[in-house]
Amino acid sequence: MAHIQLNDLRKSYAGQEVIHGITMDISNGEFVVIVGPSGCGKSTLLRMVAGLEGISAGTISIGDRVVNDLEPRERDIAMVFQNYALYPHMSVRENMAYGLKIAKMPVAEIDARVAKAATMLELEPYLDRKPRALSGGQRQRVAMGRALVREPAAFLLDEPLSNLDAKLRVQMRLQIKELHQRTGQTTLYVTHDQVEAMTLADRLIVMNKGVADQIATPHEVYMTPASEFVAGFIGSPAMNIFTVRAEAGVAVLPGGQRLPLPGLPASGEVRLGLRPEDMELVEGDTPSIPVVLKSVEWLGADAFGYGVIEGSDVLMTLRLPGNTLAKRGDRLHVAAAQGRIHLFSPETGKRL
Amino acid sequence: MDNSTQGPLVARGMGRTMAHLWMILGVIIVAFPVYYVFIASTHSVQTILRPPLPLLPGSDAYENYRGAFSGEINRIGGVSLWRLLGNTTLIAVGIAVGKIVISMASAYAIVFFKFPFRMACFWLIFITLMLPVEVRIQPTYKVMVDLGLIDTYAGLILPLIASATATLLFRQFFMTIPDELLEAARVDGAGPWRFFKDILWPLSLTNVAAIFVIQFIYGWTQYLWPLLVTNSNEMNTIVIALKKMVSFADADTPWNLVMVTSVLAILPPILVVVLMQRWFVKGLVETEK
Ligand SMILES: Nc1ncnc2c1ncn2[C@@H]1O[C@H](COP(=O)(O)OP(=O)(O)OP(=O)(O)O)[C@@H](O)[C@H]1O
Ligand SMILES: [Mg+2]
Repeated sequence: MAHIQLNDLRKSYAGQEVIHGITMDISNGEFVVIVGPSGCGKSTLLRMVAGLEGISAGTISIGDRVVNDLEPRERDIAMVFQNYALYPHMSVRENMAYGLKIAKMPVAEIDARVAKAATMLELEPYLDRKPRALSGGQRQRVAMGRALVREPAAFLLDEPLSNLDAKLRVQMRLQIKELHQRTGQTTLYVTHDQVEAMTLADRLIVMNKGVADQIATPHEVYMTPASEFVAGFIGSPAMNIFTVRAEAGVAVLPGGQRLPLPGLPASGEVRLGLRPEDMELVEGDTPSIPVVLKSVEWLGADAFGYGVIEGSDVLMTLRLPGNTLAKRGDRLHVAAAQGRIHLFSPETGKRL
Repeated sequence: MDNSTQGPLVARGMGRTMAHLWMILGVIIVAFPVYYVFIASTHSVQTILRPPLPLLPGSDAYENYRGAFSGEINRIGGVSLWRLLGNTTLIAVGIAVGKIVISMASAYAIVFFKFPFRMACFWLIFITLMLPVEVRIQPTYKVMVDLGLIDTYAGLILPLIASATATLLFRQFFMTIPDELLEAARVDGAGPWRFFKDILWPLSLTNVAAIFVIQFIYGWTQYLWPLLVTNSNEMNTIVIALKKMVSFADADTPWNLVMVTSVLAILPPILVVVLMQRWFVKGLVETEK
């Protein structure tokens, strides 16, 4: 177990920089999730920590050692791969024991550790099977087991659940969470699934094109997204973000309506973000945003209304109560709940 | 095994009958000469020389084979049948094993290591495909003479073990190994040697078996090179000895012994194929990894 420090970490491929300087301290036992859209450099970052990818600039330390020039095996880490990468010709037992065998651990100790991991992951009945005779979920657990038995300083997982069906994914997510609570391993976990990210993480790294836009707890990321990108990426359905013009404390909406908003700059354009779930229906005579509904999706407990701000073609998603009678063509008035307004700079995308 | 579960195509009715007739015809065409050789090896010289040759085994089988093994061949060719079989086995196994070692090593380097001129090395190996033994036979012969390897096993084996074909086959196979398997092994602490020994080798076994069979037969049936590089009868292979036996005038040729020798020359490759058949086929058709 150990803490991990990333210091201005950069990666270039053939002169093209894909990771633009990431700095972070991960404390011992922390569960950090790297999340972001495809191609933003999540895997690259993780693989740099693992030692599978060279470091172009910056340093990584695990524990108190700078590991930049160490081979993966010398870094005291274990990794779970997206497609599990189990050794096809070895039994489950041998797969799990392989790393320990190479480390020349006494056989009795290897057996004990494999048995312990197998119990934890409910793999005992399959120990003598080959990976090909296992289901996807079982293979995934073997991959976890192979990492667990090493009792490494850090645990690295690259989209470990993305090959499982939805139901199994939820199950395994809970299991990973429980495992982490039990073992207290320092963990770095890559995913593009925001539900996984929000539920598992102690802290999130939200990556955007090789930059860590925000490093914070899931709660902070949701409540106070540091950039327009983070705001749009975290939360489902996505936050409504549109441009308004500030005029002496009043926002001029795309449809020309005027809405008093706290925290606006004196003048100029600004990006306004409102989460569907943060808006409430109000009477038409209070300051509000008029929305003309285009369609309503009813989900049971609640419903989503999709429409545009009246007099414009700016799309708005609204969360409506499950018993709503709203339908296509209706005109609804919504106002943001107290303190649930997000403002971003149109130039930098940063939170204002 | 049930036919209907064998392949994606299931022949029915006439189609099936035709398919079987076709295959039986093929088997007859391929197997008949071999059968004929075997029949001939069970008759006396007189019977063989007086056409037509019977289609059923004769009564001289024991006599012929005993004779061949107990010195008759020695009397004609100056070397015992045992020695011939021993020589040929040694050379065939030497070539097959040598080819596998060399080609696996080069494929391993080309696929898994980044080094300068990697692709140049690959293409160098690749273009040697266009240079069969016959083309480079003179310089090779000169080298063997200079090294004093004429009439040695080394001289018989070494020039034949470089194999672009096998290297390419192994390269193709190694490239199907997912990168993540290598990475998992690296994280588990396996260095290059351990990765080869613990992971690549076991996964390659079926391929190795297939290549072994092909190269064993290639080595067993070598003719031109052994002819050039051996002078002493002691170093002959069975194919060379066979050739020497029939180079007498027809009437003087001990055809019964020639046929016995032929049978014995055919037998080991057949044995190898039969014994390794299951792995061999698996190696050729296996896609799931
Ligand atoms: N070997 C490489 N050579 C050049 N560019 C690369 C290489 N590997 C990755 N990249 C680039 O680096 C960027 C980050 O890739 P990375 O695999 O880390 O993305 P990711 O966030 O893991 O995406 P995904 O969610 O699809 O797995 C991509 O733009 C990719 O094209
Ligand atoms: Mg990835």
